[in-house]
Amino acid sequence: MAGVAASGRRQRAWVPYAMIAPGVLYLVVFFAIPIYTLFKTSLSVNSGSRFVPTLEFSWQWSNYTEAFSSYQEQIARSFWYALIATLIMIVMAYPLAYVIAFRAGRLRNIMLGLVVLPFFVTFLVRTIAWKTILADDGWVVEMLGTIGLLPPEDRLLSTPWAVIGGLVYNFLPFMVLPIYVSLEKIDPRLLEASRDLYSTPARTFGKVILPMSLPGVLAGSLLTFIPASGDFINAEYLGSTRTRMIGNVIQDEFLRVKDYPVAAALSFVLMAIIIVVVIGYTRVLGTEDLV
Amino acid sequence: MSEAVIEEGTGELTGGVKRGGSAEARAVTRFGGMGDVVLKVLAWGTLLFLFLPIFVIIAFSFNDPAGKFNLKWQSFTFDNWADPFKYEQLNTAFLNSLEIALVSTLLSVVIGSFLAIALVRQRFLGRETLDTFLVLPLTVAEVVIGASLLTLFLDLGWNRGFWTIVLAHVAFQLSFVALTIRARVRGHDWTTEDAALDLGAGPVRTFTRVTLPLIFPGIVAAALLAFALSLDDFIITFFNAGSTLTYPLFVNAAVKNGLPPQVNVLATAILLGSLAVIGAGSLWARRRGDT
Repeated sequence: MAGVAASGRRQRAWVPYAMIAPGVLYLVVFFAIPIYTLFKTSLSVNSGSRFVPTLEFSWQWSNYTEAFSSYQEQIARSFWYALIATLIMIVMAYPLAYVIAFRAGRLRNIMLGLVVLPFFVTFLVRTIAWKTILADDGWVVEMLGTIGLLPPEDRLLSTPWAVIGGLVYNFLPFMVLPIYVSLEKIDPRLLEASRDLYSTPARTFGKVILPMSLPGVLAGSLLTFIPASGDFINAEYLGSTRTRMIGNVIQDEFLRVKDYPVAAALSFVLMAIIIVVVIGYTRVLGTEDLV
Repeated sequence: MSEAVIEEGTGELTGGVKRGGSAEARAVTRFGGMGDVVLKVLAWGTLLFLFLPIFVIIAFSFNDPAGKFNLKWQSFTFDNWADPFKYEQLNTAFLNSLEIALVSTLLSVVIGSFLAIALVRQRFLGRETLDTFLVLPLTVAEVVIGASLLTLFLDLGWNRGFWTIVLAHVAFQLSFVALTIRARVRGHDWTTEDAALDLGAGPVRTFTRVTLPLIFPGIVAAALLAFALSLDDFIITFFNAGSTLTYPLFVNAAVKNGLPPQVNVLATAILLGSLAVIGAGSLWARRRGDT
């Protein structure tokens, strides 16, 4: 930390508080209080009609049991898809991050730029492009059919794998960047030392590089698992009614069905499971440099 | 969550760091002849995967679709580029997106800069707590943030529209802005600030003449990131837009009602515009000599 404030500074004690006040106030009003109103909604009962809901707070815990029993399939599916997507992302991102960090030479900054460049095209438009690429009469289906990997009459679109592939595609840069950062931080002198001590590249990788890059893999996993488990765009655009995730249900219940209490309860279930996963994950892999 | 990695990651998105090990250190990262080739093929293959939809989007901006949906390749045409503003509703949505991005970026950068400066430069009670509080919004799934803000606006009885979108965007931009600026100003040499004070400059003058220019590159990086996040946001906007259309909301509706190729023209234009801004920015940074 840059730490100590300028020495001998003639400054009044209230100055830092005045500087943080607007930001803290903003986050309280538009982050903390909304979480509270969401919680209140999740324990309310709708005494109005479906079209003009009137919510009354009444410790309605049954909203949670209803959310669980009606949508356990979608809840389980969300976390399965997010888990599989995260594992695929680790496997795809690691070699790319490794090449950028150690083997790209002068191409390093260009390759880094290429990793983030897709972000500058709207997320929805990119997902629609995947719809075109995976279409039943598209070249990918035709090619896989020709080499016999995809039986005739089988499709890619509307399958769980299309949804998982979409999740991988959309969140991959969030896996590449933290792994790259942790690889790039490794002190080159450590690598020189391992070489001087006659280590082979494979051993150096196993004993030095891989362990030291685990914090990046951990951060990347959280940065991708959290948005992936709450996503509903990929399931809606690339999936079918049999691939609906918890995000689809929350969105649908809030904006179309307008069953606010159950939708709020589901949101809380999603948040709670993510918190449990995050805590469990950091316990297993150590809490070093974690908040 | 690994805060350090997130910060460097966000810094990396908009900055780019120059470092590199010695030739000897790099030698031990090379896995024999074949291994190295396989590694590079994997890395470039992953980059190709990230770019596949981008190529499709650009190509389909030159498509002459048979029906209302620009999802299947028909024939090449320049018509869409000659008439990019053919659809009134798309234009309105696009302008809304730009206005919302501009206003929310201004707000979040002003509030976020003060937060970041206070965190780096000042000592005050509860600084660690504020650190954690800033990271929290990043660990909550977007669908939950969007839903929680919706329950707040319902509770307050506010009509949803332009301003609720702006308020929601600032809520998620704020953490990114504060963390990005903080990552970029950490480790700066702040003795010039003391010098200014010693030489009799008042605190306000010291701030505008010394502190602000020092953190300016960080502010620019944060502003670009915030602008891009706002322009691209769909999930949180979807919950809080009411009847106001943004570019992503238009695209989402268009997937069901008819998707004109002008959507691709504008997406490609955003990509080219961002490339121009980044190019100009890095040229400017190189001139100032602080890449």
